[in-house]
Amino acid sequence: MSSGINPRVRLPERLRKGEVFEIRTVVSHPMESGQRRDADGRLVRRRILNRFTCHFGASLVFEAQLEPAVAANPYISFHMRAEESGVLTFAWTDDDGTVHRLERPITVT
Amino acid sequence: MAGGAAVALAAARMLAGPAQAAPAEARRLLERLTQGKAKAGRIRLGVAEIVENGNLVPVTLSVDSPMTAGDHVRRLHLVAERNPQALAASFTFTPLGGKAEVQVRIRLLDSQTVFAVAEMSDGSLWIAEKSVQVTVGGCTGSG
Repeated sequence: MSSGINPRVRLPERLRKGEVFEIRTVVSHPMESGQRRDADGRLVRRRILNRFTCHFGASLVFEAQLEPAVAANPYISFHMRAEESGVLTFAWTDDDGTVHRLERPITVT
Repeated sequence: MAGGAAVALAAARMLAGPAQAAPAEARRLLERLTQGKAKAGRIRLGVAEIVENGNLVPVTLSVDSPMTAGDHVRRLHLVAERNPQALAASFTFTPLGGKAEVQVRIRLLDSQTVFAVAEMSDGSLWIAEKSVQVTVGGCTGSG
């Protein structure tokens, strides 16, 4: 499922309890705005990733509602406070309904 | 009390100019997001004053907040007043985040004012704005 947009997530491998760390994410996607015209002058249909979420276990950490103004290959960085070890789940939702997911464990010492 | 009201009034006056000059859709959006009571401050809107490529404009938004359960940023909206659609992105934060800062890359069709509106857990609303000159516009071209 995830292979289509090739999600890449960068975060520290080891974290100290209480530390606030940055999570950087980027995926491959044209983010077709619906404003662009093709060679024949026809508007190219909108197709974007419209939602991004990051959960820690079942808890929401961060969410982004993305609009056509977001540039191709959307890059989003945000932060999280390390309280305990667990699994982060990242999800990108496409206009076509596809949800691309990626899981990454974090170890907090 | 009077001091606070004066600050709010000054902020409203300061914001009246650009917000009223904005296209109708952006003006309506900003009115809805700010509920007419957003104050200037607490948000840092990091975007270059001059960008060459409107298809790839890095934006860093951060809000001054302790991000505790009782006092945190709930939502943060990014508005580009002269884009075909004024709302560029909306972010939801939680206390788990620890820090209210987000980086994103957007398209700007033309030179314009970019706005950020933050909604805090206590219901207060804050706004920041920055004017950006775009050499080659984004949105409608390739890329």
